Amino acid sequence: MTLFLQRIIDGLQNGAIYSVVAIPMVLIFKATTLINFAQGELAMIGAFFAFVFAVQAFSMNIILATILAMVIAALLGMGIERTMLRSFDPTDHLPVVLITLGVFYIVNAFAGDIWNYQAQANVPNLLYDLPLIGDWMQGRSSFFTSETNKLGLRIQHDSVGLVGALLIMLSALHVILNRTKMGLAFRGVSSNTEASRLVGIRVGRILSFGWGLACAFGALGAILVAPRITLQPNMMLTVLVYALAAAAFGGLDSVGGAALGGFVVGLLNSVILGYISDVDRLSSLTAAPLLFPVVLLLVVLWFKPTGLFGTKSVERV
Amino acid sequence: MSENILEVRDLQASYGQVDVLRGVALEVKTGEVCVILGANGAGKTTTLRSICNMPIVSSTGTIKFAGEDISNTDTGGIVAQGMAHVPQGRGTFPELSTLENLQLGAYVRKDNEVDDDIDRWFQMFPVLKERKDQAAGSLSGGEQQMLAVSRALMSRPKLLLLDEPSLGLAPIIIEDLFATFKQINQDEGTTMLIVEQNANLALSIAQSAYVLETGSIALSGPAAQLRDDPAVQEAYLGA
Ligand SMILES: Nc1ncnc2c1ncn2[C@@H]1O[C@H](COP(=O)(O)OP(=O)(O)OP(=O)(O)O)[C@@H](O)[C@H]1O
Ligand SMILES: [Mg+2]
Repeated sequence: MTLFLQRIIDGLQNGAIYSVVAIPMVLIFKATTLINFAQGELAMIGAFFAFVFAVQAFSMNIILATILAMVIAALLGMGIERTMLRSFDPTDHLPVVLITLGVFYIVNAFAGDIWNYQAQANVPNLLYDLPLIGDWMQGRSSFFTSETNKLGLRIQHDSVGLVGALLIMLSALHVILNRTKMGLAFRGVSSNTEASRLVGIRVGRILSFGWGLACAFGALGAILVAPRITLQPNMMLTVLVYALAAAAFGGLDSVGGAALGGFVVGLLNSVILGYISDVDRLSSLTAAPLLFPVVLLLVVLWFKPTGLFGTKSVERV
Repeated sequence: MSENILEVRDLQASYGQVDVLRGVALEVKTGEVCVILGANGAGKTTTLRSICNMPIVSSTGTIKFAGEDISNTDTGGIVAQGMAHVPQGRGTFPELSTLENLQLGAYVRKDNEVDDDIDRWFQMFPVLKERKDQAAGSLSGGEQQMLAVSRALMSRPKLLLLDEPSLGLAPIIIEDLFATFKQINQDEGTTMLIVEQNANLALSIAQSAYVLETGSIALSGPAAQLRDDPAVQEAYLGA
């Protein structure tokens, strides 16, 4: 029983990580109906920017470093959209998706050249410096530690903090998308591009905004999870697959759905893999953990292409 | 302001290799209701798309709107100058609420009377008020058409382009809708260019009319005159 509870807790802890990467993917999908395969790598490079500002070069305050990294990541995303993607017919998805795949490899190799494919030491944990969440975590560290607590369970306090940060992220996105004129225009373009032009929306600018927003939040997500999954150029490789499954499960155009999807994927993964790992032969396969999100993706595409809360079918990708 | 709010000269339009318009010329007088009639595939929708320079169609020719040459202005700029377009198939935002659709209609406006205008169109179409938080895609066809028209009027246009507003609606609703167009035209002074299959009804509220045949204007004149024209009667009025 304790083991089962522990698997549920582990699943939710990982789920928060998948949610954080799935959310920006959904933002890009909403704006463009395409899957940005470079999402994880752009987030990774954002986390490295923050690392450079906070540790390697300027010893900046981590909050300041995060904000700066988010801005640079946003500019990078907008630049990629403007220079590489804008001139292609957005309804023809193949070339655009191939380009995002190209960006994926370039960014990954670039980061590898600069920082090596090794986990960085001394990665600062943004969570501890956040108002409210940080204070709360300091106070609770005796109960939520990486050790087993008195109930026999291991709850990492930064996972709890991560869920808190995720909720703040979701609220911020909710305000931006639902309470601002730019957000309304973004949802307009997402709903009907032609009608958007007819109300005077400059669609190109909104696409830029969408990419900027997604990359800024992607960077924030990567900065938040880096202390957990290590900061290194390949940190997002497997996470991306889980995030994709999470986004598809929740509905590719639903921000809240992606957040929930992350937890569901994490939970199912932990519980199912927990049982699989009891089977000796399977547990020795390194591909086994990745099998699950791919199978989930297949099941969603077969039975409910719009996901749980989505409106647009994945078939349009 | 000049007498004509819209002047179109030698308009040619194509989709890729397919030429659709071959030199369309038309004028719409300020304050009037003007109708374009024509068979399926004649190029009516293409004409309206070309007038507001929608990227889907590539066109050449000169278009003057309220005295200014807008031939090279992009759609957003044209809307900001006071043209609104209700496209064929309505052009609402199905995932957004009725209220948000109306707010987006006012996207180019900078004044603070947007909420007053929303109330105004809610009075004109009370059913929209009842459905204000409902997703536009879940409204009935008639309700969506009312929403599409209100959405277009939210930009306070000088010229309203309507592409087959009666499509798919019950006859009784169509009559109401056209009565509303007439009322809006008279009360607000909004000039209207309406593409319509329901020729009888459209001609009854219009002052002038054009007949489009395979990409060029075949007939034009005052609405009353076209209504009595035997050729028009036979082709479009089912006489
Ligand atoms: N997006 C498009 N791509 C290619 N060809 C098109 C496109 N839209 C319209 N056409 C072609 O252009 C011609 C004129 O079409 P248009 O839609 O302007 O006609 P219409 O007069 O509005 O017809 P209807 O009464 O059926 O709406 C048709 O032959 C049509 O096949
Ligand atoms: Mg048409």
